[in-house]
Amino acid sequence: MSHCDDCALAAARPAGNGQGTRTVAIAGPPNCGKSTLFNRLTGLRQKVANYPGVTVEQRVGRARLDNGREVTLVDLPGVYSLEPRSEDERVAHSILTGKMQGVPKPDAVLLILDSTNLGRNLMLAAPILAMGLPAMILLNMADDLRARGGAVDTAALSKQLGAPVVLISAIRGEGLEPVFEFIAGDSGAPTPADLPPLEDVPQCRAWAARMGRRASYLPPAPPIWTRRLDNLFLHPVWGPLVFVAVVVVVFQSIFTWARPLMDGVQGLVTWSGRWIGAALPDSPIRSLLIEGVWGGVGAVLVFLPQILLLFLFIGILEDSGYLARAALIADRTMAKVGLQGKSFIPLLSAYACAVPAILAARTIENKRDRTATILIAPLMTCSARLPIYTLVIAAFIPERSLAGPFLGTRAAVLLGLYVLGFVAAFATARVLKSSILKSERQPFMLEMPPYRRPTLRSLALRLVDRSKIFLRRAGTVILIAAIVLWALAHLPLEHGKLPPIASSFAGIIGHAVEPAIKPLGFNWKIGIGLISSLAAREVIVSTLGTIYGMEADARSLGLQQALHRDLTPGGAIALMIFFAFAMQCMSTIAVVRRETGGWKWPAIQFAYMTALAYGGAFVANRLVTAWLG
Amino acid sequence: MQASVKSPARHSKARHQPANLVELRAGEHGVLERLDLPQDIARRLMELGFLPGYPVTAAHSAPGGDPRVFRVDGSEIALRRETARHLKLRQQPIAAD
Repeated sequence: MSHCDDCALAAARPAGNGQGTRTVAIAGPPNCGKSTLFNRLTGLRQKVANYPGVTVEQRVGRARLDNGREVTLVDLPGVYSLEPRSEDERVAHSILTGKMQGVPKPDAVLLILDSTNLGRNLMLAAPILAMGLPAMILLNMADDLRARGGAVDTAALSKQLGAPVVLISAIRGEGLEPVFEFIAGDSGAPTPADLPPLEDVPQCRAWAARMGRRASYLPPAPPIWTRRLDNLFLHPVWGPLVFVAVVVVVFQSIFTWARPLMDGVQGLVTWSGRWIGAALPDSPIRSLLIEGVWGGVGAVLVFLPQILLLFLFIGILEDSGYLARAALIADRTMAKVGLQGKSFIPLLSAYACAVPAILAARTIENKRDRTATILIAPLMTCSARLPIYTLVIAAFIPERSLAGPFLGTRAAVLLGLYVLGFVAAFATARVLKSSILKSERQPFMLEMPPYRRPTLRSLALRLVDRSKIFLRRAGTVILIAAIVLWALAHLPLEHGKLPPIASSFAGIIGHAVEPAIKPLGFNWKIGIGLISSLAAREVIVSTLGTIYGMEADARSLGLQQALHRDLTPGGAIALMIFFAFAMQCMSTIAVVRRETGGWKWPAIQFAYMTALAYGGAFVANRLVTAWLG
Repeated sequence: MQASVKSPARHSKARHQPANLVELRAGEHGVLERLDLPQDIARRLMELGFLPGYPVTAAHSAPGGDPRVFRVDGSEIALRRETARHLKLRQQPIAAD
C-alpha cells in the first residue's frame, strides 16, 4: 500500500531533455477558480495522491508545455491565510515551505485570486510573496470583472508586487499563454515594493488596498444575478421549498432518467455474454467467464449510468454555488445535533461516496466536530448502495404513482432509505456530540460565492474521473471477488464434476452463517452475499448474480425475478435496511483509519454500524412480516 | 415643509441604533467597531473581511433568521447569531448625519 508511488514517481521522472521535472504549486483562497485552473492546465493528466504521515489527499497533475516538457502541478487546499491553524492551512504551508514529506519543495507558485474581489483577495499575496519563491499572480474571472464594469492595471500591480501579474479566465481558458511560459521558465524571486507585518490582519488589508489603489483597481458592480437568485433561494418560504424540490427531483430522475441507459448497458452485457457463451465450448473456463465474470462484474456495471447521474447532480450543485446556500439553510438543523453547517458539505458528498466526504471533513477546524463528521459520514447513503437498493426495489415494490408524474412508489422507497441513513447519521452525531465528542460550539463562517454557470468541461471531467474509479473497482475488487466467489461456488469437485451450489464451499459457508441471519429473513445465499460484500457493498449484487446464474431455472428468470421468488418481502426490506446501516466497505475503513490516525475509531465505527444493521434488519423483517400477515 | 417630512425619519433612525450585527435589519448597514471574540476567531473573521472601520450590510438569512449573510468587503459571509452578536458596530452621535 505505498500511496506515494505516484507522486514520488512524478517528482523523480526525468523530463524529456534530461532535467528534473519542475514542481509548481497552485495556491489561492476558496471559490477563486483554483480547481478550474488546475483542470485547465493539466486536462486529464492528473491524479489524486496521498502523502504518507499526514491526513491529506492532494491533487497532482502534469501540464504539458509546447516543447514537450512536462511540469508537475500541485493543487493546494483553498485557504484565506497561510497561518497554519486548520488542517488545510497546515498542508498548504508545509508544501510551500518544502516540509511536506513526499513532495519536493515547489520551484514556483501560481497564486490565483478572484479579480472581482481583489481588495480582500490580495491579502493572501503578502505571505506568498514573503516566502521568496518565484510567483505569478493570476487575477481570475477577468470576463466577470469586465462584464460588471471593473478594471485593473496589471502592469502597475506587477510593478508594485515585484512579480508578474496576468488577468485570466480559467473557465474560458483566456490569458493562459503567459502562465505556461511562467511555469516553464526560471524566474527570480519576487521583489515587492513593500510588505506588511504578516501577523497584523488590518495592516495586511491596508497594504492590499494600497496595492489595489496604485493599480487603479476599479471594483466591479455587485453581481445582480446572484442577488436575484438569492431572493429566491434564500427566501424564507420559497428557499426551503426549493431545497426540498431539488432533493426530490434528483432522486426521481436517478430512477427514471437512468433507466434507459441502464437497460442499454444491461442489454450489452447480456448480448456479449451470450455471444461468448455460444463461441466457447462447455468447459470450466466458459463457466468462469459467463457465471463469474459476466454474471458478477456485469451485474455491477449496469449501475454506472445511475452513479454518474448522481455525481452529475452533485457536480452541478457544487459548481453553481448552490451548495453553500444549502449549507446555510441546513445549519440550524446541523446545530441541533451539535454539528455545524460546514459539516453539511462533507455529508452531502457522502451521498456520492464516503471516502471523498471523509477527506472533505478536513475543512472543519474543530477536531471533535471533524471526528464526529467522519464517524457519521458512512451512514449517509453512498452510491455503492444504489445497486442493491435498485435491485430489491425493482423486484419487490410495485410501481404506482404517488404524486402525478413527480413521485412514484419506487422513488419514494428509495428516498425513504436515504432519509433513514440521514436520520441514523444525525441521531448518532447527537449522541456523539453530547457524550464522548462534546466540545464548545465553534463559530460558523461560510462564504457565499456568487452563482456561476457550471461548465460542461468541469462536469465532464468529474464524470470521467468517477467512471475511471468505478471501472477500476469493477476491474479489481469486484472482479477478484467475483472470481474467488466463482471458485468457492464450484469447488470441491464431486466425482470430477462441478457440484450443485448447495454443496460447494460457498454453500457450506452460507449454510454455516444461515442460523445467525435467519431472524433477519435472509437465506444462505444472502449470507454468501453479505460476507462477500465486506469488500465493497455493490459486490453483493455481483455475488447474487453469480449464485442465481448457476441455477438453470433462475438463470432464465433474470436476477430480479429470481430474487423475488427466493426471498420473503420481510427479508427483502430487511436486506435494504441492513445495507443502509452496515459499514460494508474496505476503502472507507482504510480512509477512516488514516484520517483519525489509528484503528480505534474505525473499529468502534464498524462494530456500531454492524450492530445497528443487524438490529434494524431484525426489526424490519418482523414488522413487514407481521404487517403482511 | 421639507423639514417636517424629514424629521420623523431621522427620529426613527436615531431610535434604532444597532449595537451589533444581530441588530441590523435586512438591508441595513453599519460600520464595524470591534470584534469581542477570542483572538484566533477574531483573526479568522478579519481575514474574511470583518475589519474594524469597514461597513457591514445585513442580507438574506436562513429560514428563522439564523444564520444570516453579511456583505462585507466585497463578499458575502454567513454567520450565526451567536457569533454576529459579538461584532460591535460604531455608534453614531445622534445629531450626526
